[in-house]
Amino acid sequence: MAAYTVNGVDYEHDEEGYILDVTNWNEDLAKVIAVEEGLDMTDEHWLVVNFLREYYNEYQIAPAVRVLVKAVKKQFGAEKGSNKYLYELFPYGPAKQACKVAGLPKPTGCV
Amino acid sequence: MAEYEFETEGVKKTFTFMNRKAPYGTVYALEVLETVLISAAFEQHANIVFADDGVYQLKAGHDTTGIGMKNFSPTFGIIEMEKEDADEDEDIDMVWRIIVEKESMEARGLTADDFKVEVEVLSAAELADIVDASDCVISG
Amino acid sequence: MLHTVNKSPFERNSLDTCLRLAKKGSAILLIEDGVIGAVKGTVQSAKIEGAVKDHPVFVLGPDLKARGLAEDQVIDGVKVVDYAGFVDLAEEHGTHSAWL
Repeated sequence: MAAYTVNGVDYEHDEEGYILDVTNWNEDLAKVIAVEEGLDMTDEHWLVVNFLREYYNEYQIAPAVRVLVKAVKKQFGAEKGSNKYLYELFPYGPAKQACKVAGLPKPTGCV
Repeated sequence: MAEYEFETEGVKKTFTFMNRKAPYGTVYALEVLETVLISAAFEQHANIVFADDGVYQLKAGHDTTGIGMKNFSPTFGIIEMEKEDADEDEDIDMVWRIIVEKESMEARGLTADDFKVEVEVLSAAELADIVDASDCVISG
Repeated sequence: MLHTVNKSPFERNSLDTCLRLAKKGSAILLIEDGVIGAVKGTVQSAKIEGAVKDHPVFVLGPDLKARGLAEDQVIDGVKVVDYAGFVDLAEEHGTHSAWL
């Protein structure tokens, strides 16, 4: 099984790069995953990632995109509360990329 | 995920999700729950009903560590949150009700205090009217 | 509203719950193993004998036949329909609830 190596520790991931154990996540690991994804992490990226983690911890499932959009809207204002804005941050899709950086399992369905 | 736009403008129907199976023994409960969550995106009215052994889906204190299955009990919190959002936000024309059938609950020695989320407890006769008035019944 | 029941009353409580939650006057169609509920002279027969007073009740003939159950074994007041009759019921009632 392939793994990310961060500060000398191996974190196993699946063939698409999602880490296998969500409880192993830490910020340094997230930064490594982000580099692999070609993302330059800004505060706005981190806000999305942190929201995903909090939501997952509470509900044990990734949020639907509309829930994510609404949360971003609350933080950054109406002009950024859109699917388009999330795609600007995560060009390959907020579900796919942001969940991966946040250490969440690959979302099933159209979240 | 793709950027699909769904044309739901002006379409408003009432869906009843009929949960009748206990959690974990079969996949019914989880499948219905996922369907409910997806349906939220379409802003339709929904009655999320729990009858027969389905009432055990709402029981507080699920701990699945011993059976190696994911505990989906926390996910019911999303239904509660969607319901609260819809109730509070004037822009959302969506009525969600979480309903437990009184007869099923009492037959199992349960009360509304045993549940993880706030529910409406309705008699079979009251529930029959709600089912009959639904545009679509999704069974599990 | 058309209610369908596809489980035997000997195996599941689907028929009981259907009868409890189907509004008076709404139609009930027994299909698959549900047809066992429509048979006379069983310890479960009283359920459908009572139901025919409050609901139009139908049973799917091909499912009876497949299980070696004859039409003359069906409880009085229950109408036997074929697949075309099933389609007519669905079309007539518009909405549907399946009791599994």
